[in-house]
Amino acid sequence: MIDPVVGGQFLAPGGGPVAELSRLPPDRSTPRRRTWYRQPALMAGLTITVIIIGMAVFAPLITHYNPIAQNLNDTLQGPSAAHWLGTDELGRDVWTRLLYGGRVDLRVGFIAVLFPFCLGTVLGSLAGYFGGWVELVIMRMVDVVVAFPFYVLIIALVFVLGPGERSIYIAITVVGWVSYARLVRAEILVAKRQEYVLAAQAGGLSNLRIMGRHLLPNVISQSIIYAMSDIVQDILAIVTLGYFGLGIPPPTAEWGSMINEGQSFLSTHWELTTIPGIAVVIVGLGLSLIGDGLADLHRPGQS
Amino acid sequence: MSFVGRRLLQLVPVAVGVTIVVFFMIHLIPGDPALTILGIHATPKSIAILRHEWGLNRPLISQYWLFLDRLLHGNLGQSLIYNVPASTLILQRLPATIWLIVYAAVIAILISVPLAMIAATRKDGIRDQVVRAVPLLGLGMPTFWVGFLLLTLFGANLRWFPVGGYGTGLVGHLHYMFLPALTVAIALAPVVIRSLRASMLTVLGADYITTARSKGVPGLRLFVRHVLRNAVIPAITVLGINIGFLIGGTVIIENVFAIPGIGQLMINSIFQRDFPVVQGVTLVFAVMVVLVNLLADMTYASLDPRVSFDR
Repeated sequence: MIDPVVGGQFLAPGGGPVAELSRLPPDRSTPRRRTWYRQPALMAGLTITVIIIGMAVFAPLITHYNPIAQNLNDTLQGPSAAHWLGTDELGRDVWTRLLYGGRVDLRVGFIAVLFPFCLGTVLGSLAGYFGGWVELVIMRMVDVVVAFPFYVLIIALVFVLGPGERSIYIAITVVGWVSYARLVRAEILVAKRQEYVLAAQAGGLSNLRIMGRHLLPNVISQSIIYAMSDIVQDILAIVTLGYFGLGIPPPTAEWGSMINEGQSFLSTHWELTTIPGIAVVIVGLGLSLIGDGLADLHRPGQS
Repeated sequence: MSFVGRRLLQLVPVAVGVTIVVFFMIHLIPGDPALTILGIHATPKSIAILRHEWGLNRPLISQYWLFLDRLLHGNLGQSLIYNVPASTLILQRLPATIWLIVYAAVIAILISVPLAMIAATRKDGIRDQVVRAVPLLGLGMPTFWVGFLLLTLFGANLRWFPVGGYGTGLVGHLHYMFLPALTVAIALAPVVIRSLRASMLTVLGADYITTARSKGVPGLRLFVRHVLRNAVIPAITVLGINIGFLIGGTVIIENVFAIPGIGQLMINSIFQRDFPVVQGVTLVFAVMVVLVNLLADMTYASLDPRVSFDR
């Protein structure tokens, strides 16, 4: 069903579809069934994500408990009409903490992805467009960051900077920009040889304008697709930092610290650990489906 | 062999960059590093000693030279807690981590190759759809959470595997480390399955497969002798690219399963605010990634004569 031109217009205007067509010829042998199937992936992902974000945003309307109010008379209770998912070791309602935890994890995850996205896109564009020593310096910086295992550098940076939201943003930016820089650079290396860029250069447009108005709209889609799975990685990092006690400080409800607190009661109350993890998996599923759907819109006929 | 030479030459800026990052970790500490590191009970004397030892009074460049000079002599600094060289602590714990990494990589391949084969042989069929759903779920699972679940189910409830520790001897290691290695492998498998499936599909479309088919090579033999051989090289590369992810995963899992590796050392040192050890472990992790990547590139180049080195 997806016309490649429509697929191309998923990008911003400015020669996008034409450039896209000349580089990736549409695969006419693709059966229709496949593209029909692919649209629902995007829709399913959007549905899951919107529902979860909605539940987090409207948490105060969905539950009347306070996520951090302790009730030491009602600790470690099983699910009941009053407490849908039971209570934790301090008598706090688990369902409420799950909803409010989503507020924290989703907010931090979505904000955290913006900084590396912007930084990586800018540095990747500069490297791809100008080449030479600019590219050399930027790509050697990429090599250095990539040499550190993701979690090792994140944990080390947050430790040094001190736990909390600000440190998480800094750490994720320092570690995360390299993927965007690599993606954007690779796309620009191809795109800058296209006629529309040569035409813009011949027309005397400034480099900044060519990069911002002509190249970027055509190369950014790969980064947007990657950002979907990157948000999942960021949320996982935040949750993992919470597990190590380096994330959002207690008593704020947060999925990672919920899993960590439930750890002591694994043998008797396994649900305390399991449920927040399932929430993370569902968020990951929703965002991955959106990413896959976008990827297929962008590259019709490929799997 | 100029490929090897150029590849080794490329290591120089990376090595310098890695030492700069590790060196500057101390200077990211808000406030006076010596004061923060030693805590509120520090005496002026101990602060002065630490400042002198790390050269904190000198200009930044000369501090870095001092750091580099010590590093080249194998000195990663002195642990503030145990008062032994950080390198001693790290070397003691390195074997457990390497065990975990290798074990996890092997299990990841054992999981991924059959699943990718199942998916690629029936493209777009039910089996393919099911296998392709694995990464969607798998990529969103927190590694430590998977560890808890496996620990509870197979360790505490079914008692098939120990709930923690490293074991002794080959059999002991294999037994004790199975659940931790499986956990890391589960985190890694989705990525490997994805790329392996894609590369198998590419190989399946190649002319030599059509030729082999028309010669009447039976299905399984065709797959093992012709498809797998050619599809496994890209998969190994993907494993090499994700080695950082694999190694990073061990930091988390060593803590869940109480394995005495350098990941556990790192987290323990963080809680004890033992900065030199945290720095040392971070550096060693980076060196491991760089070396494994180098190894992967070399293997790739020797397996595939078409590889030339230009990026």
